[in-house]
Amino acid sequence: MWAYITRNILQRIITLLIVSIVAHSVIHLAPGEPSEVDPSNPRMKPADIQLIRAAFHLDDPLYLQYAYWMRDLFTGELKSFKDNQPVLPKIWQRFLNSLPLLICATLIIWSLSFPTGIHAAIRRGSVYDRTTTFTAYALISIPGFFLSYIMILWVVNTFNVPVIGMRTFGMEDATLTFRSMDRLWHLVIPSLMSAIGGIAVLSRYVRSQMLEVVGQDYVRTARAKGLSEDSVIYRHALQNALLPFVTMFGFLLPALIGGSVIFEQIFAWPGLGRLGYEAILARDFPVILTINFIAAVLTLIGTLISDLLYAVVDPRIRLQ
Amino acid sequence: MLAQDKLNTMTELPPPETQLQEFWRNLKKDKLAMFGMFVLGALVILAILAKLTTEWIVLFDPSTVRLPDKFLPPMSEASHDLIPAPDRPLFGIYFFGTDELGRDVFARMLQGSFVSLSIGFIAVGISLAIGILLGGLSGYYGNVKLGFITIDTLIMRFTDVMLCFPTFFLILTVVALLPPSIYNIMIVIGVTSWMGTARFVRAEFLSLREQDFVIAAKALGLPEHRIIFRHMVPNAMAPVLVSATIGVASAILTESGLSFLGFGVQPPFATWGNILSDGKGFIFDAPWLFFIPGFAILIVVLAFNLFGEGLREILNPKLRRR
Repeated sequence: MWAYITRNILQRIITLLIVSIVAHSVIHLAPGEPSEVDPSNPRMKPADIQLIRAAFHLDDPLYLQYAYWMRDLFTGELKSFKDNQPVLPKIWQRFLNSLPLLICATLIIWSLSFPTGIHAAIRRGSVYDRTTTFTAYALISIPGFFLSYIMILWVVNTFNVPVIGMRTFGMEDATLTFRSMDRLWHLVIPSLMSAIGGIAVLSRYVRSQMLEVVGQDYVRTARAKGLSEDSVIYRHALQNALLPFVTMFGFLLPALIGGSVIFEQIFAWPGLGRLGYEAILARDFPVILTINFIAAVLTLIGTLISDLLYAVVDPRIRLQ
Repeated sequence: MLAQDKLNTMTELPPPETQLQEFWRNLKKDKLAMFGMFVLGALVILAILAKLTTEWIVLFDPSTVRLPDKFLPPMSEASHDLIPAPDRPLFGIYFFGTDELGRDVFARMLQGSFVSLSIGFIAVGISLAIGILLGGLSGYYGNVKLGFITIDTLIMRFTDVMLCFPTFFLILTVVALLPPSIYNIMIVIGVTSWMGTARFVRAEFLSLREQDFVIAAKALGLPEHRIIFRHMVPNAMAPVLVSATIGVASAILTESGLSFLGFGVQPPFATWGNILSDGKGFIFDAPWLFFIPGFAILIVVLAFNLFGEGLREILNPKLRRR
């Protein structure tokens, strides 16, 4: 067990190293440099550009730049190209802003898609099944920002509340209940919107997984024993159908972080995705690379946890 | 063959179905998938017709600017006294209205249908090529050692590396750094979305490699490329086909997301994504600029997804209703 975990962590560290090398080379080999962000600015003289390039180590060979980045990242010295602020605190602050969104979206995804999927599988071919199938596909087929715009218009017109940003401007003096309600209200719509794709995909997975399990021999055996239908479905089938979803946990994160770029942009949410977008616009390489690095770390930790959990919940799997 | 026929007439069984007939019979039962297929068929024809009528024989001109006629609602007539005859739309009617420059939205949507579809198909083509190649290599030559590491380990570790990237963020970064071009968008979407295909193909190859017909082909002394491409790839295609269909849908959505952030296909190309994201600024004044491309994307992507899901159920005997 411990040997397995150690080996796995080592493997993941190697993977992480390769991820960082790939990300670094992709970004530095692609044309477009921080010094070219503002080419029409008349005050930028070639000498200034040289100065910038030297300050950012852009003239050094790639492996040296990579070494500098790694060194600065782990000593916490990494500075943003754009405003010379330390990168890690900047990202940490934005990450804290994104965290409620991520947690809320994950909760919504998991709590809605399981009942929907299971229900649809049990009544295969019923009106309910067909409606949810169709709705799920309709929901993943809408461009996220199109639906969000319609949603914003509807919510603002119907409930007459502001939904943009993290809180309503000028509410700093209100009572605590008022402020927390305000925060909550601002949180609901963006997290629902970023959850929608996940709900549709996951409920489809749950449905097909459940269908596969219901056709297995041990379910037939359970029925043949004369168990009640509820007991067959919820005790024998469901337990086995749920197993693979433990592994889905790790792969949800990169999708949510990637998707958050669009949704945080729409809802003016000062989170990680928006920071990434601003960094891309400004060619702020240290910030882009570090966000990518952190997303990869989170994904690897997520998949590690799901692998371990999988072994815990499924006794057929032995870690060696 | 003759003995088989005789056997059939003797026992009065229907003649055996070919795979295609069986496929078609199962597809006809699935109403949603049929709907998807018809929409897709219509769309492909429409896109080709659109290419024809907007570029080669210009019936609909997507780029003419008619400032007197800006923001006209759908089905309104062109103002005959202000617009010179050659600039007028066909029949003098703007079917889908006009945008902020007085361009004919119908013509732009037609042009966009071809561009959006080709982005989807080419991106998926690239991702399939990479996925089948890498998946096949690691499934078939998986045990071959390169130094201290097997090909299988090498390729699968690389796939894991690619899965660690937040895909949309990666696409956005690369597209933003590269010079804006429609081909770059296709390539970048393709290069970042092959991981699923590679995994499917590898899994299929691993199980096919052990099956009798492949061993028989090897025993006959067939060359390896023939075993792989004639005997194994066609048998591994089912899950690939499904993920390709759904891949086209998600490529179209990704393009519209990129357009929303300002990194999509640049003018003069019109895609549904950039018509939609241009239209979002006029959602109150000219809602048709926002809702027409939005619902067009919805319907097309939905058709791809429904058809893909139908394929998945038909091609996977485990999911089929007993």
